[in-house]
Amino acid sequence: MANFTRRKFLQATGGAVAVSSIGFPAIVGAASKKVVIVGGGVAGATAAKYIRMADSSIDVTLIEPNTEYYTCFMSNEVLSGHRKLDSIRVTYDGLKGHGVTVVHDTVTDIDAAGKKVMTAGGKTMAYDRCIVAPGISFKDNIEGYDAAAMEAMPHAWKAGNQTVLLRKQLEAMPDGGVVAIAAPPNPFRCPPGPYERACQISMYLQAKKPKSKLIIFDSKNKFSKFGLFKQAFERHHKGTIEWVSADNGGKVTRVDGGSNTLYVGDTAHKVDVANVIPAQQAGAIAIKAGLTDDSGWCPIDGRSFESTLQKGVHVIGDASIAKPLPKSGYAANSEGKTCAAAVVAMLGGKAAGDPSLVNTCYSVVGPDDAISVAMVYDLKDGKLSKVAGSGGLTPTDSSPEARAREVQYAYSWFENIKADSWG
Amino acid sequence: MSCKKKALVALIGSIFMAGASTALAGPSAKAMADTCAGCHGTDGQSVGPASPNLAGMSAVYFIDSMTAFKNLEKGAWSGEDARPATIMNRIAKGYTDEQIEAMAEYFAAMPVYKADVPHDAAKAKKGAAVYDKACSKCHDENGALADDDSGILAGQWLPWMQYSMQDFISGNREMPKKMKKEVKKLSDEEIEASLHFFASQK
Repeated sequence: MANFTRRKFLQATGGAVAVSSIGFPAIVGAASKKVVIVGGGVAGATAAKYIRMADSSIDVTLIEPNTEYYTCFMSNEVLSGHRKLDSIRVTYDGLKGHGVTVVHDTVTDIDAAGKKVMTAGGKTMAYDRCIVAPGISFKDNIEGYDAAAMEAMPHAWKAGNQTVLLRKQLEAMPDGGVVAIAAPPNPFRCPPGPYERACQISMYLQAKKPKSKLIIFDSKNKFSKFGLFKQAFERHHKGTIEWVSADNGGKVTRVDGGSNTLYVGDTAHKVDVANVIPAQQAGAIAIKAGLTDDSGWCPIDGRSFESTLQKGVHVIGDASIAKPLPKSGYAANSEGKTCAAAVVAMLGGKAAGDPSLVNTCYSVVGPDDAISVAMVYDLKDGKLSKVAGSGGLTPTDSSPEARAREVQYAYSWFENIKADSWG
Repeated sequence: MSCKKKALVALIGSIFMAGASTALAGPSAKAMADTCAGCHGTDGQSVGPASPNLAGMSAVYFIDSMTAFKNLEKGAWSGEDARPATIMNRIAKGYTDEQIEAMAEYFAAMPVYKADVPHDAAKAKKGAAVYDKACSKCHDENGALADDDSGILAGQWLPWMQYSMQDFISGNREMPKKMKKEVKKLSDEEIEASLHFFASQK
C-alpha cells in the first residue's frame, strides 16, 4: 500500500520532488531511497524487479512511454508466421506486482548534478540513483531512410508495429518475389539477428512462396555465429538465401522507399520487400544526457554499470559499452541484475560486490534446428572479462538430436527470460 | 532416512562448513545464481517448457550435475563422468568447484518448486503404479524429496525428463546401478507414464 499512498501523494502535490519520503507512513525517521529507471525493456525491467526483490524499502519508479512492450527476441518467428505477435508482448503488470511504480511518459532530460529527470509530461522526478536503459537509436548512415521510407522498408529492429509492417509485406508479396535484408555495421543490437531473420523468412518463403528469394546485403564481411549460419544457409536455405558481403557489393548506402530500391554505390537493387536495418547508437536520451562517448555508446564501470561520464547514473542494456558482453537480451537481463545489486549496495552505503554475468543466445535457423552462443563473464582488474574456458558456440557437427533440443531450450529460454524480466 | 542419505547429508554439511570457513572471493552465490534465471526461471522456478526447476534441488545433485557438465568436452555428447548437454557444458566451465558449491547451497536452501506442467492424466495415472514398483525407493515422496542425491522429479518439465531418460537409456548418461536394474524391467510406455506421473505432481 505504501506505493499507492505515495503515488496519490505525488499526484496531490503535482509531482513535487522535495517531498521525498514524508508521504510514507510505513517508514518513520528514515528517508526511503529513490531509484528512477529510464526505459522498460529487458534491462530496465529486470533492474526494477531485482532491486525491489532485494530491498523492498527502495522506492523504484520506471518511466517508459509504452504501456506494453514487444520483445525483439523471437520477433523473427513472428515474421515467419511461426508465432503470433501476442506471444512477444509483455505488460508492466508484473513489475507493479513487485511494487515498482510504472509511469508511462518520455524522459526528455536527466540532470545528473541535480539528481533529477524531466519528462515530456512535465514531471520532474528526483532520484538517489538513476538507471538509464534506453536501448538503441538509429544513425543516418543510409541516405533516404526517412520516416516515410521507414514505413515502406521497415527495420523491424524495435519489435511491435514495425514487426507487423514487415510481416504484412511478406504476406502480400507474390510468389517469385525478392526480399532484401540490409544488415547493419557493427556494433548493433542482437548480432545474429539479421541472419536468424533471413532463416526464418526463408522458412516462410519455402513453405508458402517457394519461387521467391532472399538476399542479405551486408555492411560487413563476417558476422556472429558465421560458420554455423553459413552451414544453415547451405543445409536448409540453399537456393533461397543469398548473402552478399560488403566487399562483394553488399553495403547499402542509399534507399528509395517509393520504389523499394536499395543502392550499393550506384548499383540499384529493386526488390519486392525490403528490410532496412540502419547503423545504431545508444537511445536518444543517453545522448541528450551526456552519457555517450564519441562512439555513440555509453562507457560504464563494469562493476556497477555506473556511467564513467555522469555520476549517480547507471547505463545498462544495449546502450552501454559492456564489452566483451554482446548487445543481447540475455546480456541486458544479466546487466540489469548486476546493476540492481550494485545500486542496492551503494544506496546502503556499501561497495558494490563482484559481478557475475552470463550471455546465452539462441537462433532458430531451420526446422528442428537451433544454434547458440554462450559465455560466462566476471570482473578482472576492474574490467568485464570472459571467464577463461567457458562459453562458445554450438559445434558445427552437433547431432540432429542436439539441434532439436536446442530449439526446445530456445523456447524455454524465451518463456523464462520474459518472466524473469517483466514477471 | 537410509544410511546412504545420512552419509550424503553429512557430506553436504562438510562441504558447507568448508565453504563457510574460507570466505569466497569473487561474486556472491546470489550474483551467480541469478544469472541462471534467464533459462531456469526467477529463483530457479522455471516456466518451461524444457528447462528444469532448480529451486530446492539437493546440493549434491546440483554439484553432480554441474560437475558432469563441466566434464563434457565442448563438441562432445558423452564422456567420462560427463552428461550430454547442448549448452550447459559451455556454461558450467565458467565456474570453479567452490562457486558451484556456493550456487548449490543457494538453490538447496529454497523450497522445492513444482511447476504446472502440461501432461497426460491417463498416463500419469498409469505412471503412479510404475512409480510405486520401480522409482519410489530412491525418488521419495513422489519425487519431491530433496535431501538425497536423486534429482527432484515432482513438477519437473516433461521434455527435460524425457531428454534425461533418453540419455540414460542410450547410455550417454550413466545410470545409477539401482536405477539400471529397475529401468531394465520397464517398457517404453511404462517409462513414459512414470514421467507423466512426476510431471503431474503438485
